[in-house]
Amino acid sequence: MWLEWTIATKFLREGRTQTALIMVGIAVGVSVIVFLSALIDGLQDNIIERTLGTQAHIKVEAPDEVNQVVPLAGGTMQLVLEDKRAQRLRSINNWQQVRDTLDALPEVTAVSPLISGPAFARRGSTLESVALMGIDEVRYQKIIPIRNDMVAGQFRVGAGDAVIGSRLAWDLGLRVGDKLRLDAGQGGDSVVNVAGIFELGVRELDSRYVYLDMKQAQSLLGLPGAATVIDVTVKDIFAADTVAQRITRLTGQKAESWMQTNGQLMNALKSQSLSTRMISLFVAVSVAFGIASVLSVSVVQRTREIGILRAMGATRAQMLRVFLLQGALFGLAGSVVGGTAGYGLVWLFNAFGPRLFQIPVSPLLLLAATILATVTGVISAAIPARRAARLDPVVAIRHV
Amino acid sequence: MSEPSQEVLRLQGLRKSYNVGMPTEVEVLHGIDLRLARNDFTALVGASGSGKSTLLNVIGLLDPPTAGELYLLGEPTRGMDDASRTALRGGAIGFVFQFHHLIQAFTALENVLMPLMAARGKPRREDIDTAQALMAEVGLDKLADRKPDQLSGGQQQRVAIARALITRPALLLADEPTGNLDSRTAADVFALFRRFNRKFGCAVLLVTHDSRLSDACDRTLTLADGLIVSDQAARQSAGS
Repeated sequence: MWLEWTIATKFLREGRTQTALIMVGIAVGVSVIVFLSALIDGLQDNIIERTLGTQAHIKVEAPDEVNQVVPLAGGTMQLVLEDKRAQRLRSINNWQQVRDTLDALPEVTAVSPLISGPAFARRGSTLESVALMGIDEVRYQKIIPIRNDMVAGQFRVGAGDAVIGSRLAWDLGLRVGDKLRLDAGQGGDSVVNVAGIFELGVRELDSRYVYLDMKQAQSLLGLPGAATVIDVTVKDIFAADTVAQRITRLTGQKAESWMQTNGQLMNALKSQSLSTRMISLFVAVSVAFGIASVLSVSVVQRTREIGILRAMGATRAQMLRVFLLQGALFGLAGSVVGGTAGYGLVWLFNAFGPRLFQIPVSPLLLLAATILATVTGVISAAIPARRAARLDPVVAIRHV
Repeated sequence: MSEPSQEVLRLQGLRKSYNVGMPTEVEVLHGIDLRLARNDFTALVGASGSGKSTLLNVIGLLDPPTAGELYLLGEPTRGMDDASRTALRGGAIGFVFQFHHLIQAFTALENVLMPLMAARGKPRREDIDTAQALMAEVGLDKLADRKPDQLSGGQQQRVAIARALITRPALLLADEPTGNLDSRTAADVFALFRRFNRKFGCAVLLVTHDSRLSDACDRTLTLADGLIVSDQAARQSAGS
């Protein structure tokens, strides 16, 4: 490979202008790909983080209650007028065991059983409908680190303490230390102390969530010892679907991933990724054609030299490699320059852009871009290189 | 050296046609028989279109013959694949072309080393020494690091000669090596061929139009319409 390397680099250095021009072309292409991919990745990470920052990746609930129809003997016709059952609030059977099973799954990072049900919050004559969230504080923090979103007081549940959303606090005129009456119907009724106020930035949650100790919520909702939901987070959020299916098979409970509950979002993310990939692909294709055409011209220009080299004992394979190597060098050098430029663009965006979110650039993306561009270079060099290898030395030497 | 190894090249009934199988098929060489031995210093003359260059290309294994056999160093070359022909060519044959044909991207010294680099890759210390010695012999040791375009035509042709000799080929082929040079430079270049022929004992086959040059060779082959029509030994060698 030494000779091929030497010839390739000398050819590139000799055709300086040509090399520089195509290099700029490749660099622009690569920087667009790097910047665009980083931008979209950053955007998506941001969206996902915002969405999943306030919800579990997978929600495990008791299976829906359906009417059981007794199967009849064959040949019998049955007409059923079915009254669908209401999905009453009920506990996951044996939820402690389910929780332990989930804890043992390697894909799962956190498991938090909770009891959740509707109630009214009352202060004076003002009534607000709320969602009671009876949580295991330590476990729940691992799913939604709500401690980071406190705007007043502290996150403390249990012993008659509750933590409420900022919107609800506003609506009821509550401050930390105030009392709040919770009425869950069915006779469950108690007064709690507002220990803290949080603001997640999601209006629905900020106006409805009331965090309580699990025991207190159980007694309010009339379900002693119950857990109605188990929140789960997973390592790879895009594998949430498969993990959810696995949980259903393992425990027999209903498991819904964030992808199902946020179908629209998933759809948007997928189309976004697809369009990024399409743009990258087309940019890569045009860069590839650029490399191919420059090398084709170069083969014509160097026809005589190729002929001489062949007469001097250089083999067809060596000539082939000389031009493949030039393609690879184009790709490699272009992507290093382009990657750096793309990185620069990202930096500019982060420093002077709209600052809605930070774009992270992973070294992996740069590495991938470099490898991709180099491979593209080799592939685009294939046709010119083959032509160089197939030149008849007799004809080539006479070429002027 | 034993007797058979004295033979460098043998052609038997060598024919070459172009556009084989097409209506435009044309035979350029009509059956050439020829032997070249070590130390031979032979001129190949003939009118334009007589097939000189074609014969040289066939002998140089650049162009395979259509029929007949070509033995190089006793080895039959018919039916060899491209890779083996390239390897044989690289080791046994040195080329000098009319238009010196150096590679512009390389220095003079690197051009001289090219046949070795093609065969073995990165040149070793002793290869570079050999190349430098050859450059000195052609009187260019001081210009070894220049690019070809910084050399005169005569200098470039000397580099090309040094390059052709770096592998110590058994056969040195030259296609109008002085055709592009003024007569004084031409004489110098010719003298180099003579010198290396004596020094290395390589057979030299020199295509030329210049009767002064062909007269100075030991043997003159005349090609006309694809046939060798005369094969004369020189009246007498010039002696040195």
